Amino acid sequence: MAPVPFSVSAIRELFPALRQKVYGKQLIYFDNGATSQKPQVVLDTLQQYYALENANIHRGVHYLSQQATSAYEAARRNIQQYIGAKAPEEIIFTKGTTDSINLVAFSFGERLKPGDEILISAMEPHSNIVPWQLLCERKGCILRVIPISKKGELDLQAFEQMLNERTKILAITHISNTLGTINPVKELISKAHQVGAKVLLDGAQSIQHLSIDVQDLNCDFYTFSGHKVFGPTGIGILYGKEALLDSMPPYQGGGDMIAKVTFERSTYNMLPLKFEAGTPHIAGAIGLGSAISFLQGLDMQAAAAHELELTKYAQGILDTFEGLHIIGEAKHKTSVVSFTIDGMHPFDIGTLLDKQGIAVRTGHHCTQPLMDFYQIPGTVRASFAFYNTKEEIDIFVAALERSMQILGA
Amino acid sequence: MSIQVKQQEIIDEFAIYDDWMDKYEYIIELGKSVPTLSPELKTTERLIEGCQSNVWLATDIKDGKMQFSADSDAIITKGIIGLLIHVYNNESPAAILQAELFFINEIGLAEHLSPTRANGLLSMVKRMKTEALQSLAQ
Ligand SMILES: Cc1ncc(COP(=O)(O)O)c(C=O)c1O
Repeated sequence: MAPVPFSVSAIRELFPALRQKVYGKQLIYFDNGATSQKPQVVLDTLQQYYALENANIHRGVHYLSQQATSAYEAARRNIQQYIGAKAPEEIIFTKGTTDSINLVAFSFGERLKPGDEILISAMEPHSNIVPWQLLCERKGCILRVIPISKKGELDLQAFEQMLNERTKILAITHISNTLGTINPVKELISKAHQVGAKVLLDGAQSIQHLSIDVQDLNCDFYTFSGHKVFGPTGIGILYGKEALLDSMPPYQGGGDMIAKVTFERSTYNMLPLKFEAGTPHIAGAIGLGSAISFLQGLDMQAAAAHELELTKYAQGILDTFEGLHIIGEAKHKTSVVSFTIDGMHPFDIGTLLDKQGIAVRTGHHCTQPLMDFYQIPGTVRASFAFYNTKEEIDIFVAALERSMQILGA
Repeated sequence: MSIQVKQQEIIDEFAIYDDWMDKYEYIIELGKSVPTLSPELKTTERLIEGCQSNVWLATDIKDGKMQFSADSDAIITKGIIGLLIHVYNNESPAAILQAELFFINEIGLAEHLSPTRANGLLSMVKRMKTEALQSLAQ
Protein backbone atom coordinates (compact mmCIF):
# COMPACT_ATOMS: atom_id res chain seq x y z
CA MET A 1 0.00 0.00 0.00
CA ALA A 2 1.52 3.31 -1.06
CA PRO A 3 1.71 5.82 1.78
CA VAL A 4 -0.76 8.69 1.59
CA PRO A 5 0.85 12.09 1.00
CA PHE A 6 1.81 13.73 4.28
CA SER A 7 -0.71 16.23 5.60
CA VAL A 8 -0.50 17.56 9.14
CA SER A 9 -4.13 18.60 9.30
CA ALA A 10 -5.27 15.17 8.11
CA ILE A 11 -3.00 13.44 10.61
CA ARG A 12 -4.21 15.61 13.50
CA GLU A 13 -7.74 14.39 12.84
CA LEU A 14 -6.61 10.88 13.75
CA PHE A 15 -5.47 11.83 17.28
CA PRO A 16 -8.44 12.50 19.60
CA ALA A 17 -6.25 13.78 22.45
CA LEU A 18 -5.14 16.73 20.34
CA ARG A 19 -8.69 18.01 20.05
CA GLN A 20 -9.19 18.86 23.70
CA LYS A 21 -8.97 22.05 25.73
CA VAL A 22 -7.17 22.41 29.04
CA TYR A 23 -7.92 25.33 31.39
CA GLY A 24 -10.20 26.56 28.61
CA LYS A 25 -7.31 26.79 26.13
CA GLN A 26 -6.65 24.62 23.11
CA LEU A 27 -4.14 21.97 24.20
CA ILE A 28 -0.70 22.24 22.63
CA TYR A 29 1.15 19.01 23.24
CA PHE A 30 4.93 19.46 23.11
CA ASP A 31 5.88 16.62 25.45
CA ASN A 32 6.28 13.92 22.85
CA GLY A 33 9.69 12.93 24.16
CA ALA A 34 7.99 11.74 27.36
CA THR A 35 5.16 9.96 25.58
CA SER A 36 3.26 10.34 22.34
CA GLN A 37 -0.49 10.60 21.83
CA LYS A 38 -2.37 7.67 20.36
CA PRO A 39 -4.15 7.53 16.99
CA GLN A 40 -7.76 6.37 16.94
CA VAL A 41 -6.81 3.14 15.17
CA VAL A 42 -4.69 2.04 18.14
CA LEU A 43 -7.51 2.87 20.56
CA ASP A 44 -9.92 0.88 18.36
CA THR A 45 -7.56 -2.08 18.32
CA LEU A 46 -7.38 -2.12 22.13
CA GLN A 47 -11.14 -1.78 22.43
CA GLN A 48 -11.74 -4.51 19.88
CA TYR A 49 -9.28 -6.84 21.59
CA TYR A 50 -10.84 -6.53 25.03
CA ALA A 51 -14.39 -6.51 23.69
CA LEU A 52 -14.23 -9.51 21.40
CA GLU A 53 -10.86 -11.24 21.22
CA ASN A 54 -9.77 -11.43 24.84
CA ALA A 55 -8.24 -14.78 25.80
CA ASN A 56 -4.97 -16.06 27.19
CA ILE A 57 -2.43 -16.98 24.57
CA HIS A 58 -0.21 -19.98 23.85
CA ARG A 59 -2.37 -22.03 26.20
CA GLY A 60 -5.82 -22.67 24.86
CA VAL A 61 -7.24 -25.00 22.29
CA HIS A 62 -10.33 -22.88 22.01
CA TYR A 63 -11.18 -20.43 19.28
CA LEU A 64 -10.58 -17.16 21.14
CA SER A 65 -7.24 -18.29 22.50
CA GLN A 66 -6.09 -19.18 19.03
CA GLN A 67 -7.29 -15.86 17.66
CA ALA A 68 -5.49 -13.96 20.39
CA THR A 69 -2.32 -15.98 19.93
CA SER A 70 -2.36 -15.31 16.20
CA ALA A 71 -2.88 -11.60 16.73
CA TYR A 72 -0.07 -11.46 19.31
CA GLU A 73 2.34 -13.31 17.05
CA ALA A 74 1.28 -11.24 14.04
CA ALA A 75 2.20 -8.10 16.01
CA ARG A 76 5.61 -9.62 16.70
CA ARG A 77 6.19 -10.29 12.99
CA ASN A 78 5.01 -6.83 12.10
CA ILE A 79 7.53 -5.28 14.48
CA GLN A 80 10.23 -7.64 13.27
CA GLN A 81 9.71 -6.48 9.70
CA TYR A 82 9.48 -2.82 10.67
CA ILE A 83 12.92 -2.80 12.30
CA GLY A 84 14.45 -5.19 9.80
CA ALA A 85 15.17 -8.07 12.17
CA LYS A 86 15.96 -11.45 10.62
CA ALA A 87 13.39 -13.52 12.50
CA PRO A 88 10.45 -13.10 14.88
CA GLU A 89 12.47 -15.04 17.49
CA GLU A 90 14.63 -11.93 17.81
CA ILE A 91 11.71 -9.80 19.02
CA ILE A 92 10.97 -10.05 22.76
CA PHE A 93 7.94 -8.30 24.23
CA THR A 94 8.87 -6.46 27.43
CA LYS A 95 7.29 -3.75 29.57
CA GLY A 96 9.31 -1.03 27.87
CA THR A 97 12.82 0.28 27.33
CA THR A 98 13.71 0.19 31.01
CA ASP A 99 12.57 -3.41 31.27
CA SER A 100 14.47 -4.37 28.11
CA ILE A 101 17.70 -2.86 29.40
CA ASN A 102 17.28 -4.57 32.76
CA LEU A 103 16.73 -7.87 30.98
CA VAL A 104 20.00 -7.50 29.09
CA ALA A 105 21.93 -6.24 32.12
CA PHE A 106 20.70 -9.20 34.13
CA SER A 107 20.84 -11.99 31.59
CA PHE A 108 23.73 -11.02 29.32
CA GLY A 109 25.39 -9.64 32.45
CA GLU A 110 25.61 -13.17 33.88
CA ARG A 111 28.69 -13.84 31.77
CA LEU A 112 30.61 -10.79 32.96
CA LYS A 113 33.60 -11.11 35.30
CA PRO A 114 35.20 -8.80 37.85
CA GLY A 115 37.18 -6.12 36.05
CA ASP A 116 35.10 -6.33 32.87
CA GLU A 117 34.06 -2.92 31.60
CA ILE A 118 30.67 -1.55 30.62
CA LEU A 119 30.69 1.56 28.50
CA ILE A 120 27.88 4.11 28.54
CA SER A 121 27.80 7.85 27.75
CA ALA A 122 27.33 11.06 29.70
CA MET A 123 23.95 11.65 28.02
CA GLU A 124 22.27 8.45 29.19
CA PRO A 125 18.95 8.57 31.04
CA HIS A 126 18.78 6.85 34.42
CA SER A 127 17.28 3.77 32.76
CA ASN A 128 20.56 3.18 30.94
CA ILE A 129 22.75 3.91 33.96
CA VAL A 130 21.25 2.23 36.99
CA PRO A 131 20.78 -1.33 35.58
CA TRP A 132 24.51 -1.31 34.73
CA GLN A 133 25.44 0.04 38.16
CA LEU A 134 23.49 -2.82 39.72
CA LEU A 135 25.34 -5.26 37.46
CA CYS A 136 28.67 -3.71 38.49
CA GLU A 137 27.74 -4.24 42.13
CA ARG A 138 26.81 -7.87 41.50
CA LYS A 139 29.77 -8.77 39.36
CA GLY A 140 32.54 -6.35 40.25
CA CYS A 141 32.51 -4.78 36.79
CA ILE A 142 33.55 -1.23 36.01
CA LEU A 143 31.21 1.38 34.53
CA ARG A 144 32.95 3.83 32.21
CA VAL A 145 31.35 6.95 30.79
CA ILE A 146 32.09 8.50 27.40
CA PRO A 147 32.29 12.28 27.87
CA ILE A 148 30.40 14.78 25.72
CA SER A 149 31.09 18.32 24.51
CA LYS A 150 29.11 21.37 25.60
CA LYS A 151 27.28 21.18 22.29
CA GLY A 152 26.03 17.78 23.35
CA GLU A 153 28.08 15.58 21.06
CA LEU A 154 29.99 12.47 22.07
CA ASP A 155 33.75 12.80 22.39
CA LEU A 156 34.65 10.17 19.81
CA GLN A 157 38.34 10.35 20.50
CA ALA A 158 37.78 9.62 24.16
CA PHE A 159 35.44 6.81 23.15
CA GLU A 160 38.12 5.11 21.09
CA GLN A 161 40.63 5.44 23.89
CA MET A 162 38.22 3.90 26.37
CA LEU A 163 37.57 0.83 24.22
CA ASN A 164 39.73 -2.14 25.10
CA GLU A 165 39.57 -5.93 25.31
CA ARG A 166 37.90 -5.68 28.75
CA THR A 167 34.98 -3.72 27.25
CA LYS A 168 32.15 -6.24 27.18
CA ILE A 169 29.22 -4.06 26.26
CA LEU A 170 28.58 -0.58 24.95
CA ALA A 171 25.10 0.56 26.03
CA ILE A 172 24.24 3.84 24.41
CA THR A 173 21.27 5.98 23.55
CA HIS A 174 20.61 6.31 19.84
CA ILE A 175 19.03 9.75 20.31
CA SER A 176 19.30 11.74 23.53
CA ASN A 177 15.93 12.50 25.12
CA THR A 178 17.23 15.71 26.70
CA LEU A 179 19.50 17.09 23.97
CA GLY A 180 18.06 15.57 20.81
CA THR A 181 21.56 14.54 19.69
CA ILE A 182 21.59 11.74 17.12
CA ASN A 183 24.66 9.68 17.92
CA PRO A 184 26.82 8.28 15.10
CA VAL A 185 25.81 4.78 16.08
CA LYS A 186 27.06 2.88 13.03
CA GLU A 187 30.55 4.09 13.71
CA LEU A 188 30.26 3.37 17.44
CA ILE A 189 28.96 -0.12 16.77
CA SER A 190 31.67 -1.12 14.33
CA LYS A 191 34.44 0.25 16.61
CA ALA A 192 32.99 -1.56 19.63
CA HIS A 193 32.78 -4.79 17.64
CA GLN A 194 36.47 -4.50 16.78
CA VAL A 195 37.34 -5.10 20.44
CA GLY A 196 34.73 -7.84 20.74
CA ALA A 197 32.19 -5.81 22.73
CA LYS A 198 28.45 -6.18 22.22
CA VAL A 199 26.32 -3.09 21.63
CA LEU A 200 22.92 -2.20 23.09
CA LEU A 201 21.19 0.71 21.38
CA ASP A 202 18.53 2.48 23.42
CA GLY A 203 16.07 3.37 20.69
CA ALA A 204 13.40 4.92 22.93
CA GLN A 205 13.82 8.23 21.08
CA SER A 206 14.79 6.96 17.64
CA ILE A 207 12.08 4.49 16.61
CA GLN A 208 9.50 7.29 16.21
CA HIS A 209 11.76 9.58 14.18
CA LEU A 210 14.10 7.48 12.03
CA SER A 211 13.63 4.39 9.96
CA ILE A 212 15.43 1.64 11.78
CA ASP A 213 17.16 -1.34 10.22
CA VAL A 214 18.81 -3.36 12.96
CA GLN A 215 20.71 -5.53 10.49
CA ASP A 216 22.15 -2.53 8.72
CA LEU A 217 23.05 -0.91 12.05
CA ASN A 218 24.47 -4.27 13.15
CA CYS A 219 23.64 -3.58 16.81
CA ASP A 220 23.39 -6.62 19.07
CA PHE A 221 20.41 -5.28 21.02
CA TYR A 222 17.89 -2.56 20.25
CA THR A 223 15.25 -1.44 22.75
CA PHE A 224 12.18 0.78 22.61
CA SER A 225 8.93 1.59 24.41
CA GLY A 226 5.51 1.29 22.81
CA HIS A 227 4.15 4.43 24.43
CA LYS A 228 6.67 6.74 22.74
CA VAL A 229 5.83 5.40 19.31
CA PHE A 230 2.06 6.06 19.35
CA GLY A 231 1.31 2.71 21.02
CA PRO A 232 0.10 1.71 24.51
CA THR A 233 2.01 2.02 27.77
CA GLY A 234 3.34 -1.06 29.51
CA ILE A 235 4.66 -2.69 26.36
CA GLY A 236 8.08 -2.47 24.76
CA ILE A 237 10.55 -4.37 22.67
CA LEU A 238 13.91 -5.95 23.09
CA TYR A 239 15.50 -6.92 19.81
CA GLY A 240 18.55 -9.15 20.09
CA LYS A 241 20.53 -11.17 17.58
CA GLU A 242 19.18 -14.70 17.73
CA ALA A 243 22.40 -16.55 18.54
CA LEU A 244 23.17 -14.08 21.30
CA LEU A 245 19.68 -14.28 22.86
CA ASP A 246 19.88 -18.04 22.57
CA SER A 247 23.10 -18.11 24.56
CA MET A 248 21.67 -16.01 27.40
CA PRO A 249 20.04 -17.47 30.53
CA PRO A 250 16.36 -16.69 31.27
CA TYR A 251 15.62 -13.45 33.10
CA GLN A 252 12.41 -14.30 34.94
CA GLY A 253 10.84 -17.67 35.58
CA GLY A 254 7.22 -18.67 35.22
CA GLY A 255 4.66 -19.85 32.73
CA ASP A 256 5.22 -19.58 28.98
CA MET A 257 8.99 -19.53 29.35
CA ILE A 258 9.38 -23.21 30.18
CA ALA A 259 9.42 -26.37 28.12
CA LYS A 260 9.07 -28.85 30.98
CA VAL A 261 8.93 -28.39 34.73
CA THR A 262 9.69 -30.90 37.45
CA PHE A 263 10.64 -30.13 41.02
CA GLU A 264 14.17 -31.29 40.27
CA ARG A 265 14.74 -29.18 37.23
CA SER A 266 13.01 -27.25 34.48
CA THR A 267 13.95 -26.84 30.88
CA TYR A 268 13.31 -23.62 29.08
CA ASN A 269 11.22 -22.77 26.12
CA MET A 270 12.74 -21.61 22.86
CA LEU A 271 13.06 -18.01 21.80
CA PRO A 272 11.28 -15.69 22.05
CA LEU A 273 9.10 -17.20 24.78
CA LYS A 274 12.13 -18.03 26.93
CA PHE A 275 12.16 -14.33 27.86
CA GLU A 276 8.40 -13.84 28.19
CA ALA A 277 7.49 -15.35 31.55
CA GLY A 278 3.85 -15.23 32.60
CA THR A 279 0.85 -13.87 30.75
CA PRO A 280 2.24 -11.00 28.71
CA HIS A 281 0.60 -7.67 27.96
CA ILE A 282 -1.36 -9.18 25.08
CA ALA A 283 -3.50 -6.12 24.38
CA GLY A 284 -0.39 -3.93 24.53
CA ALA A 285 1.49 -6.07 22.05
CA ILE A 286 -1.41 -6.08 19.62
CA GLY A 287 -1.85 -2.33 20.16
CA LEU A 288 1.83 -1.74 19.47
CA GLY A 289 1.54 -3.79 16.31
CA SER A 290 -1.31 -1.55 15.27
CA ALA A 291 0.75 1.60 16.00
CA ILE A 292 3.53 0.23 13.81
CA SER A 293 1.03 -0.49 11.01
CA PHE A 294 -0.19 3.08 11.39
CA LEU A 295 3.36 4.35 10.86
CA GLN A 296 3.78 2.09 7.86
CA GLY A 297 0.84 3.86 6.28
CA LEU A 298 2.51 7.26 6.68
CA ASP A 299 5.14 8.89 4.57
CA MET A 300 7.72 8.77 7.35
CA GLN A 301 10.32 10.67 5.38
CA ALA A 302 7.98 13.59 4.92
CA ALA A 303 6.96 13.33 8.59
CA ALA A 304 10.60 13.47 9.70
CA ALA A 305 11.24 16.45 7.42
CA HIS A 306 8.25 18.22 8.94
CA GLU A 307 9.55 17.57 12.49
CA LEU A 308 12.94 18.93 11.55
CA GLU A 309 11.37 22.03 10.05
CA LEU A 310 9.42 22.62 13.27
CA THR A 311 12.62 22.26 15.29
CA LYS A 312 14.54 24.72 13.11
CA TYR A 313 11.65 27.15 13.22
CA ALA A 314 11.36 27.02 17.02
CA GLN A 315 15.10 27.23 17.56
CA GLY A 316 15.38 30.14 15.15
CA ILE A 317 12.89 32.16 17.19
CA LEU A 318 14.13 31.11 20.62
CA ASP A 319 17.70 31.97 19.65
CA THR A 320 16.71 35.64 19.46
CA PHE A 321 15.49 35.66 23.10
CA GLU A 322 17.87 37.43 25.41
CA GLY A 323 19.14 35.24 28.24
CA LEU A 324 17.77 32.06 26.68
CA HIS A 325 20.23 29.23 26.16
CA ILE A 326 19.52 26.21 24.04
CA ILE A 327 20.96 23.09 25.63
CA GLY A 328 21.95 20.57 23.00
CA GLU A 329 23.25 22.02 19.76
CA ALA A 330 24.53 18.93 18.04
CA LYS A 331 24.90 19.07 14.29
CA HIS A 332 22.62 16.06 13.94
CA LYS A 333 19.60 16.29 16.18
CA THR A 334 15.91 15.43 16.27
CA SER A 335 12.89 17.44 17.23
CA VAL A 336 13.88 18.33 20.78
CA VAL A 337 14.43 21.90 21.95
CA SER A 338 15.74 22.04 25.50
CA PHE A 339 16.53 25.41 27.01
CA THR A 340 17.22 27.45 30.13
CA ILE A 341 16.55 31.13 30.75
CA ASP A 342 18.81 33.24 32.94
CA GLY A 343 17.31 33.90 36.34
CA MET A 344 14.22 31.81 35.72
CA HIS A 345 13.56 28.34 37.06
CA PRO A 346 12.33 25.69 34.58
CA PHE A 347 9.55 24.73 37.01
CA ASP A 348 8.17 28.30 36.99
CA ILE A 349 8.23 28.50 33.20
CA GLY A 350 6.63 25.06 32.87
CA THR A 351 3.88 25.94 35.35
CA LEU A 352 2.98 29.16 33.53
CA LEU A 353 3.05 27.47 30.11
CA ASP A 354 0.78 24.75 31.48
CA LYS A 355 -1.80 27.31 32.54
CA GLN A 356 -1.76 28.63 28.97
CA GLY A 357 -2.57 25.17 27.63
CA ILE A 358 0.95 24.15 26.65
CA ALA A 359 2.44 20.85 27.76
CA VAL A 360 6.23 20.84 27.96
CA ARG A 361 8.55 18.88 30.19
CA THR A 362 10.59 20.57 32.88
CA GLY A 363 13.24 19.27 35.21
CA HIS A 364 16.16 16.92 34.78
CA HIS A 365 14.39 14.53 32.34
CA CYS A 366 15.76 11.52 34.21
CA THR A 367 19.25 12.59 33.15
CA GLN A 368 20.60 14.03 36.40
CA PRO A 369 24.28 13.41 35.60
CA LEU A 370 23.79 15.29 32.33
CA MET A 371 22.30 18.27 34.21
CA ASP A 372 25.30 18.19 36.56
CA PHE A 373 27.56 18.35 33.51
CA TYR A 374 25.83 21.53 32.32
CA GLN A 375 25.58 22.77 35.94
CA ILE A 376 21.88 23.47 35.65
CA PRO A 377 18.97 22.20 37.76
CA GLY A 378 17.02 21.25 34.68
CA THR A 379 15.68 22.55 31.42
CA VAL A 380 12.41 23.33 29.75
CA ARG A 381 12.00 20.85 26.93
CA ALA A 382 9.69 21.13 23.96
CA SER A 383 9.69 17.94 21.89
CA PHE A 384 7.70 17.78 18.67
CA ALA A 385 5.93 15.02 16.82
CA PHE A 386 4.76 15.04 13.22
CA TYR A 387 1.29 16.15 14.33
CA ASN A 388 2.58 19.47 15.68
CA THR A 389 2.41 22.70 13.67
CA LYS A 390 4.17 26.03 13.21
CA GLU A 391 1.01 27.76 14.43
CA GLU A 392 1.36 25.88 17.71
CA ILE A 393 4.96 27.04 17.96
CA ASP A 394 3.82 30.64 17.44
CA ILE A 395 1.33 30.29 20.30
CA PHE A 396 4.00 28.63 22.44
CA VAL A 397 6.43 31.48 21.75
CA ALA A 398 3.84 34.10 22.71
CA ALA A 399 3.01 32.17 25.88
CA LEU A 400 6.69 31.91 26.72
CA GLU A 401 7.11 35.66 26.26
CA ARG A 402 4.19 36.30 28.57
CA SER A 403 5.62 33.90 31.17
CA MET A 404 9.01 35.58 31.00
CA GLN A 405 7.37 38.98 31.45
CA ILE A 406 5.55 37.86 34.57
CA LEU A 407 8.60 36.14 36.01
CA GLY A 408 11.01 38.92 35.17
CA ALA A 409 8.88 41.94 36.09
CA MET B 1 -5.43 35.51 64.39
CA SER B 2 -6.18 31.81 64.18
CA ILE B 3 -4.97 29.50 61.45
CA GLN B 4 -8.60 29.17 60.38
CA VAL B 5 -9.06 32.91 59.94
CA LYS B 6 -5.77 33.37 58.13
CA GLN B 7 -6.72 30.66 55.66
CA GLN B 8 -10.12 32.24 55.06
CA GLU B 9 -8.45 35.59 54.39
CA ILE B 10 -6.27 34.05 51.71
CA ILE B 11 -9.28 32.39 50.12
CA ASP B 12 -11.11 35.71 50.00
CA GLU B 13 -8.11 37.42 48.52
CA PHE B 14 -7.85 34.86 45.75
CA ALA B 15 -11.57 35.01 45.01
CA ILE B 16 -11.06 38.11 42.88
CA TYR B 17 -8.94 36.24 40.34
CA ASP B 18 -10.79 34.18 37.82
CA ASP B 19 -7.91 33.95 35.39
CA TRP B 20 -5.11 31.47 36.10
CA MET B 21 -2.40 33.79 34.90
CA ASP B 22 -3.57 36.57 37.23
CA LYS B 23 -3.57 34.13 40.11
CA TYR B 24 -0.02 33.07 39.33
CA GLU B 25 1.10 36.64 38.81
CA TYR B 26 -0.03 37.29 42.37
CA ILE B 27 1.79 34.22 43.69
CA ILE B 28 4.94 35.23 41.86
CA GLU B 29 4.81 38.76 43.33
CA LEU B 30 4.40 37.17 46.71
CA GLY B 31 7.34 34.87 46.04
CA LYS B 32 9.49 37.86 45.27
CA SER B 33 8.53 39.58 48.50
CA VAL B 34 9.33 36.60 50.75
CA PRO B 35 12.75 37.29 52.29
CA THR B 36 15.48 34.96 51.06
CA LEU B 37 17.22 32.67 53.52
CA SER B 38 20.80 33.70 54.09
CA PRO B 39 23.28 31.30 52.47
CA GLU B 40 24.55 29.97 55.83
CA LEU B 41 21.04 28.79 56.65
CA LYS B 42 20.78 26.85 53.40
CA THR B 43 22.37 23.71 54.80
CA THR B 44 21.77 20.16 53.63
CA GLU B 45 19.79 19.43 56.81
CA ARG B 46 17.38 22.20 55.89
CA LEU B 47 17.17 21.17 52.25
CA ILE B 48 14.09 19.38 50.96
CA GLU B 49 14.96 18.09 47.53
CA GLY B 50 12.14 17.87 45.04
CA CYS B 51 12.32 16.58 41.53
CA GLN B 52 11.18 19.93 40.15
CA SER B 53 12.32 22.48 42.71
CA ASN B 54 14.19 22.58 46.02
CA VAL B 55 13.02 24.01 49.32
CA TRP B 56 14.96 25.03 52.41
CA LEU B 57 13.14 25.26 55.72
CA ALA B 58 14.48 26.92 58.89
CA THR B 59 12.54 26.62 62.14
CA ASP B 60 12.62 28.66 65.32
CA ILE B 61 10.40 28.89 68.35
CA LYS B 62 9.79 32.13 70.26
CA ASP B 63 7.57 32.38 73.35
CA GLY B 64 6.00 29.03 72.51
CA LYS B 65 5.14 30.07 68.94
CA MET B 66 6.59 28.56 65.81
CA GLN B 67 8.65 30.76 63.49
CA PHE B 68 9.30 29.30 60.07
CA SER B 69 11.31 30.82 57.30
CA ALA B 70 11.85 29.10 53.99
CA ASP B 71 13.22 29.56 50.53
CA SER B 72 13.08 27.87 47.14
CA ASP B 73 14.93 28.06 43.87
CA ALA B 74 11.60 28.34 42.02
CA ILE B 75 9.59 31.52 42.50
CA ILE B 76 6.13 29.94 42.29
CA THR B 77 7.14 27.43 44.93
CA LYS B 78 8.41 30.32 47.00
CA GLY B 79 5.14 32.21 46.64
CA ILE B 80 3.22 29.24 47.98
CA ILE B 81 5.79 28.93 50.75
CA GLY B 82 4.97 32.54 51.63
CA LEU B 83 1.32 31.61 52.06
CA LEU B 84 2.10 28.53 54.16
CA ILE B 85 4.45 30.45 56.41
CA HIS B 86 1.92 33.21 56.88
CA VAL B 87 -0.65 30.63 57.97
CA TYR B 88 1.60 28.76 60.39
CA ASN B 89 3.85 31.46 61.83
CA ASN B 90 3.19 32.82 65.32
CA GLU B 91 1.01 29.81 66.07
CA SER B 92 1.54 27.29 68.83
CA PRO B 93 2.79 23.81 67.92
CA ALA B 94 -0.49 22.35 69.18
CA ALA B 95 -2.56 24.65 66.94
CA ILE B 96 -0.45 23.73 63.91
CA LEU B 97 -0.86 20.04 64.56
CA GLN B 98 -4.62 20.32 65.00
CA ALA B 99 -5.42 22.64 62.12
CA GLU B 100 -6.68 21.32 58.83
CA LEU B 101 -4.93 22.88 55.86
CA PHE B 102 -7.75 23.71 53.47
CA PHE B 103 -6.87 26.97 51.73
CA ILE B 104 -4.52 25.37 49.17
CA ASN B 105 -7.40 23.31 47.86
CA GLU B 106 -9.84 26.19 47.93
CA ILE B 107 -7.66 28.51 45.89
CA GLY B 108 -7.04 25.80 43.30
CA LEU B 109 -3.42 25.07 44.06
CA ALA B 110 -3.90 21.51 45.29
CA GLU B 111 -1.70 20.18 42.50
CA HIS B 112 1.28 21.91 44.08
CA LEU B 113 0.86 19.85 47.22
CA SER B 114 0.38 16.55 45.42
CA PRO B 115 3.02 13.84 45.75
CA THR B 116 3.47 13.73 42.00
CA ARG B 117 4.34 17.42 41.76
CA ALA B 118 7.62 16.79 43.52
CA ASN B 119 8.38 20.45 44.10
CA GLY B 120 9.24 19.95 47.74
CA LEU B 121 6.10 21.61 49.13
CA LEU B 122 4.33 18.52 50.39
CA SER B 123 7.47 17.39 52.19
CA MET B 124 7.85 20.90 53.58
CA VAL B 125 4.39 20.86 55.15
CA LYS B 126 5.14 17.44 56.61
CA ARG B 127 8.40 18.73 58.01
CA MET B 128 6.72 21.81 59.50
CA LYS B 129 4.37 19.51 61.36
CA THR B 130 7.18 17.25 62.49
CA GLU B 131 9.06 20.25 63.83
CA ALA B 132 5.93 21.38 65.67
CA LEU B 133 5.56 17.90 67.13
CA GLN B 134 9.17 17.83 68.23
CA SER B 135 8.94 21.17 69.98
CA LEU B 136 5.89 19.90 71.85
CA ALA B 137 7.88 16.92 73.05
CA GLN B 138 10.68 19.09 74.38
C1 LIG C 1 16.34 7.62 25.66
C2 LIG C 1 15.41 7.00 26.65
N1 LIG C 1 15.69 5.81 27.18
C3 LIG C 1 14.86 5.21 28.05
C4 LIG C 1 13.70 5.79 28.47
C5 LIG C 1 12.82 5.08 29.46
O1 LIG C 1 11.70 4.57 28.82
P1 LIG C 1 10.53 3.84 29.64
O2 LIG C 1 10.23 4.70 30.81
O3 LIG C 1 9.41 3.75 28.67
O4 LIG C 1 11.05 2.49 30.03
C6 LIG C 1 13.37 7.04 27.95
C7 LIG C 1 12.11 7.70 28.40
O5 LIG C 1 12.11 8.79 28.91
C8 LIG C 1 14.23 7.65 27.03
O6 LIG C 1 13.93 8.84 26.51
